[in-house]
Amino acid sequence: MTNLPTIALGDARVGFRGRILALDMSRAPGTGLPSEELERRLLELGFVEGATVELLHQGLFGADPIAIRVAASTIALRRREAMAIVVTEETSS
Amino acid sequence: MNASSELAPTVALVGNPNCGKTALFNTLTGSRQKVANYPGVTVEKKIGRLATPAGHAVQLVDLPGTYSLRARSPDEEITRDAVLGRLEGEGAPDLIVCVGDAANLRLALRLVLELKHVGRPVMLALNMMDIARRRGIEVDVARLSIELGVPVVSSVAVRRGGTEALLGELDRVLAHLPPPTTADWQPPDAAALRGAQRDADRILRLAVRAPDRRDEGTKRADSILLHPVLGLVILLAILFVMFQAVFAWAKPLMEAISTGFTWLGAAVGELPLPALLKSFLKDGLIAGVGSVIVFLPQIIILFFFILVLEDLGYMARAAFLMDRIMGGAGLHGRAFIPLLSSFACAIPGIMATRVIDDRRDRLTTILVAPLMTCSARIPVYTLIISAFIPDREVWGVLGLQGLVMFGLYAAGIAGALTVSFVVKRLFWRGSIGEPFMLEMPDYKLPQAKSLLFGVWSRALAFLQRAGTTILAMMILIWLLASFPQPPDGATGPAITYSLAAMIGHAIEPLTAPLGFNWQINVALIPGMAAREVAVGALGTIYSIDAGEGAAEKIGQALVGQWSLATALALLAWYVFAPQCASTLAVIRRETGGWQWMAITFGYMLLLAYLAAFATYQIASALGAA
Repeated sequence: MTNLPTIALGDARVGFRGRILALDMSRAPGTGLPSEELERRLLELGFVEGATVELLHQGLFGADPIAIRVAASTIALRRREAMAIVVTEETSS
Repeated sequence: MNASSELAPTVALVGNPNCGKTALFNTLTGSRQKVANYPGVTVEKKIGRLATPAGHAVQLVDLPGTYSLRARSPDEEITRDAVLGRLEGEGAPDLIVCVGDAANLRLALRLVLELKHVGRPVMLALNMMDIARRRGIEVDVARLSIELGVPVVSSVAVRRGGTEALLGELDRVLAHLPPPTTADWQPPDAAALRGAQRDADRILRLAVRAPDRRDEGTKRADSILLHPVLGLVILLAILFVMFQAVFAWAKPLMEAISTGFTWLGAAVGELPLPALLKSFLKDGLIAGVGSVIVFLPQIIILFFFILVLEDLGYMARAAFLMDRIMGGAGLHGRAFIPLLSSFACAIPGIMATRVIDDRRDRLTTILVAPLMTCSARIPVYTLIISAFIPDREVWGVLGLQGLVMFGLYAAGIAGALTVSFVVKRLFWRGSIGEPFMLEMPDYKLPQAKSLLFGVWSRALAFLQRAGTTILAMMILIWLLASFPQPPDGATGPAITYSLAAMIGHAIEPLTAPLGFNWQINVALIPGMAAREVAVGALGTIYSIDAGEGAAEKIGQALVGQWSLATALALLAWYVFAPQCASTLAVIRRETGGWQWMAITFGYMLLLAYLAAFATYQIASALGAA
């Protein structure tokens, strides 16, 4: 593995492909949910370390919300919550 | 079936949203199903019966979709409590069938692992196996079963014979039901969820071979339908067609129903019955029920559209496109469709708020839905506008009458957005609200059978409501308008001697600042049954016979009796007033209590009073008195 920089999924642009490195709730303050609850909800929708992600679509205003391909499902969420998902870019194929 | 089927084993269907669980339920039970409500909540309880090939009678329960037993919405609480046997008067199911979309098993496998902790036998049904195969996904069913430690069968809900394997397995499992073990389920914390998902991912790698590409059709469709600009344009076009359908297609049917009830009323009027009984049957029962049933075509068409969009998988996309726009006013993206529906009638709109998971978001939407200008306001608006607003052009192109009508719609929308904004800031301050997180399923063609069942059960729910709560309200309003009876030799219309008239006189000091005379107050009382009834009531009070050209004659009478300021104040009143008993009854039912109904009534009354007061006072000051 190369040492590509890590970014928050909430900062990624359409077309971004990568892999989840960690869930870090401290990066997504003020989501309206306690951090433990936010983490569980992200996990329940399949955002687990090691899963592949791809940013497929974004909304018109503020490029928000975003549609993320995670493994084999597509999940819509807001960038505010996606800030908690730490990813690294993968350029394979 | 017979009474002994009470002892039939209960099988619960559990699964992620969009896994095709309801289609499977419909196929397995056919018409042998009923929809009830769980006590105290508005979550639908769907139960059906089926017979297995070996002749076992089975009671099948379709539970709301969930990703985890860790309940986050009232729907998911039901799933958790039903599975754990915590529901009052109901035991735990004898068998849990977890339904998973064969093409998207990752989250379903984690749910299976969680379900194994509830102490009941579990099996996994791989649904929509045909679609998975077509997409080149291979599932090693035997391996999956070994790794998960539960029986696994494949099923195709929508094809004849597609459920044979499932039914056969049901027989095998039910013949040797293991004794229930003790439940050791605990709400999983983050570490447990993470561990379970890793385990599920491991099993998935062992048992499922899937090509690493998305569903081509969905990919292509989303590149257009979720395009930031084009997507919104298409959404608006879809809404326009839907709107058009609700108004245009429903119209002939509504007119037919209305004519039917008028005919029925007239027929009853001919019967040799005491006048009072005749009035009760004709003006209370038939007119009252008729004024509600007349909305049935609109409700059916509206729900048809909503269900088609939902089954297609488009609803999640609509919420995605609208989330940011609705969010500005403190509303959830999913509130969009219910509010739109409310332009036809607030009743289906409020019923449609069930798609909103978060309770607070749902309550805000229910609270403001009646402010959307529904079709029942149109007759009142038309009457007053055509009588009082001169038919001339402004700036050369726009008609003044049309402009006023547009202004009334705009006032309703602005009111709804303001109220939801204030509610969010004032009452639920500090809570930012539910994050927007939802799965966008692959597009699928809706199944005619599922659509039919869905529309049918909604129409039935509406009719049941019309037959109970709404009917009771209608009768109450008739009583108010009919008693006491006019004395012998009375010359005025009967309603002027009634309790409604007394109330009208009594509250005149209150409504005088709005420019409302007692006649308007009286008309507002039957107008509670349905807004447009006020038009007929005004006719009665001003002694105008119903019939050809009645509305025009009422209009002419009003011009002689009211000032322009009064007319404008009444329009302002109608934008906001809680003038619809049916809507209030539905709010009570959908929120499960009187509290939210009272709050809606209270705030709308206040807004209506303030709006009418301001309108009358300003218009009078400008010389319209």
